Amino acid sequence: MKNTLPTITFILIASLGLFASFAATAAQQSESSKGTLHLVSSLPRTGSANAQTSTMVNGIKLAIEEVNGQIDGWTITYQDLDDASPQRGNWDPTVEAQNANAAAKDRSCVGYIGTFNSGAAKVAMPILNRAGLVMVSPANTYPGLTKPGTGEANEPMVYRPTGKINYFRVVPADDLQGTQAANWAKSLGAKKVFILNDRELYGKGIADVFQKRAKEIGMEVVGFEGTDAKASNYRPLVTKIKAVGPDLVYFGGTTQSNAGQIAKDLRAGGYEGLYMVPDGCFEQAFIEAAGDSNLNDKTYITFGGLPAEKLTGRGATFREAYHKRYGSDPEAYAAYGYEAARVLLDAIARAKTKDRAGVLAAVAETVDFDGVLGKWSFDANGDTSSKVMSGQTVKNGKFEFVKVLGD
Amino acid sequence: MQPHEVFLQQLITGLSNGMIIALIALGYTMVYGIIELINFAHGDVFMLGAFLALTLLGVLGMEAWSPTWRIGGVAIMLVGSALFCGGLNWTLDRVAYRSLRRASKLSLLVSAIGCSFICTNLGLFWGGVPMEVFAGGVAAAAPKDFPQLIPQTNLLGASAIRITPADIAVVVVTVPLMIGLVFLVNRTRMGRAMRAVAQDATAAALMGIPVDRVIGITFFIGGALGGFASVVYALYNNTIGFQMGYRAGMDAFTAAVVGGIGSLPGAVLGGLTIGLVRAMSDQYLETQWTNTIVFGMLVMILIFRPSGLLGTTRREKV
Repeated sequence: MKNTLPTITFILIASLGLFASFAATAAQQSESSKGTLHLVSSLPRTGSANAQTSTMVNGIKLAIEEVNGQIDGWTITYQDLDDASPQRGNWDPTVEAQNANAAAKDRSCVGYIGTFNSGAAKVAMPILNRAGLVMVSPANTYPGLTKPGTGEANEPMVYRPTGKINYFRVVPADDLQGTQAANWAKSLGAKKVFILNDRELYGKGIADVFQKRAKEIGMEVVGFEGTDAKASNYRPLVTKIKAVGPDLVYFGGTTQSNAGQIAKDLRAGGYEGLYMVPDGCFEQAFIEAAGDSNLNDKTYITFGGLPAEKLTGRGATFREAYHKRYGSDPEAYAAYGYEAARVLLDAIARAKTKDRAGVLAAVAETVDFDGVLGKWSFDANGDTSSKVMSGQTVKNGKFEFVKVLGD
Repeated sequence: MQPHEVFLQQLITGLSNGMIIALIALGYTMVYGIIELINFAHGDVFMLGAFLALTLLGVLGMEAWSPTWRIGGVAIMLVGSALFCGGLNWTLDRVAYRSLRRASKLSLLVSAIGCSFICTNLGLFWGGVPMEVFAGGVAAAAPKDFPQLIPQTNLLGASAIRITPADIAVVVVTVPLMIGLVFLVNRTRMGRAMRAVAQDATAAALMGIPVDRVIGITFFIGGALGGFASVVYALYNNTIGFQMGYRAGMDAFTAAVVGGIGSLPGAVLGGLTIGLVRAMSDQYLETQWTNTIVFGMLVMILIFRPSGLLGTTRREKV
């Protein structure tokens, strides 16, 4: 019985602590008259995507600061969640599911910004759909997430167990990007293309679109292969590619699924043609992973939007505000992080009831939104009506804007 | 490229990759041979060796060196990483395995898995060191570019078949090491002591062999081979990352099992087999099937020839 006293003391202290925290919460709520509306973002913050997602989170914070964290007397709070794990160095389905469940359970949470990877969206969408929580993605481009008939037969209904739409994206999908990429490849003079994909939802999806379009416009597809994102090198594959002599290699994948190592091995293996990658590689980390000498002048990157320095109007205002606030330039997706947060804040302001259902309804009614890429609206699937695409190359270790991609 | 040229090229690539795998596999097989432990931390010790090599490269500014001096730089990295990995592996044995010698094999295995996690996370920290070679350490988990100290240009000029100085470097480093190891184990006093401990540790102790010291030295040599392998790997692939130990370790472990775990020639044969199977599968089947084929091969070997290609049958103790 020697231990009784410490135990009792412990219980006393613990209950005191508990009481204090209750009191604190109560005090907080009474300060702002109407209460707290919580936003979360779920983006990969561990791994090489971090450089990109850091500027996206900065963009989100900037949008919230612009309204001083207050809308109609409601306090807007924000939490930055990580959906990556160190084990994978990339988004992790387990962590994404945890984030989505945590947000779904938190009754004050009215908006979920994310995800970065389309594969992660696949995990979070059904969870948030059941919870009736609106999800605005700043970066998912896999078409099947929203558009019927573009992906698997059961997409996108499989992500909407309640039948209602709660998922929106402010970035144009890959049915546009893949098509534009193939058109651009042709105009660069490519006749024979070899297509690789990382076997993830996003990479395989865009590679499929690219292949379909390439065939339509008369390019010869000499190979279509899925790669291993964790391979130490791709030398055997490069030999296989060289043997069929393509003049352009397209990789549907991201920096995290080894786009840099593939570029390295293509050059080390003596391939001299062009290399084209989608927006998943439109980040400085890609150039760092590949080594600039392996990319310079022969690498092309497509992006569903415009690079920060080409933004005009509302977008230019954003770029200047960002630079002023953080003293550095945003990566490509920062503008969409900012845009996603603004869409939610705008919806909160318009919402008839300041709860999940009200905000969701208001987001769906977003029309002629004054966005960073001009005016756009959400369509019936939850997609943006914006179709701005751009093409980049790498010169002297830096991305360089080439042109706006259009029909 | 003509079909026969493609085949030859895949042969070269497969052998280069295979030799690197074999060098790592030797570390697994040596440790298993002597204390029947699958040292799961080996792949991660190998990974840390590559980080040390990149750090040395950055600290000494080797990128600015002339081509002749760079060969000296490679030698410095090889020696540095070998000593470091050897020392680290020895330390793991001293700290985490030695006190479990009499415990069940399972405790030892769990301890090894724990060491693997610790080493992986050390690599994650290391990648965050604010040095220029780590891209300022901004993204700790991101893969790091390892500069081409050994060029990847074609020695055969305009020929369709490529043999690069990096391919040659792989052979020049690995083959003498393998020969040296076989000599050490079969011809020296220390080698005899190792074989004696492997056969029967109690009897060896009764004969006056300092068993713990011999095991420690075995760990040191196994780790050192991993250190050499890490530099060769980095020079050949030009990318390192804190997760590289997992895949490399997995391939090497498979190689050791395919060849017959505990057998030195087996590990080399297993490594080369896996390198070649990977290359040929990428070429003549589809890349997405390569892992299935390699690990399918492992399953087949385990079913039909549990002791591996060159392994000898012996009583199972685990």
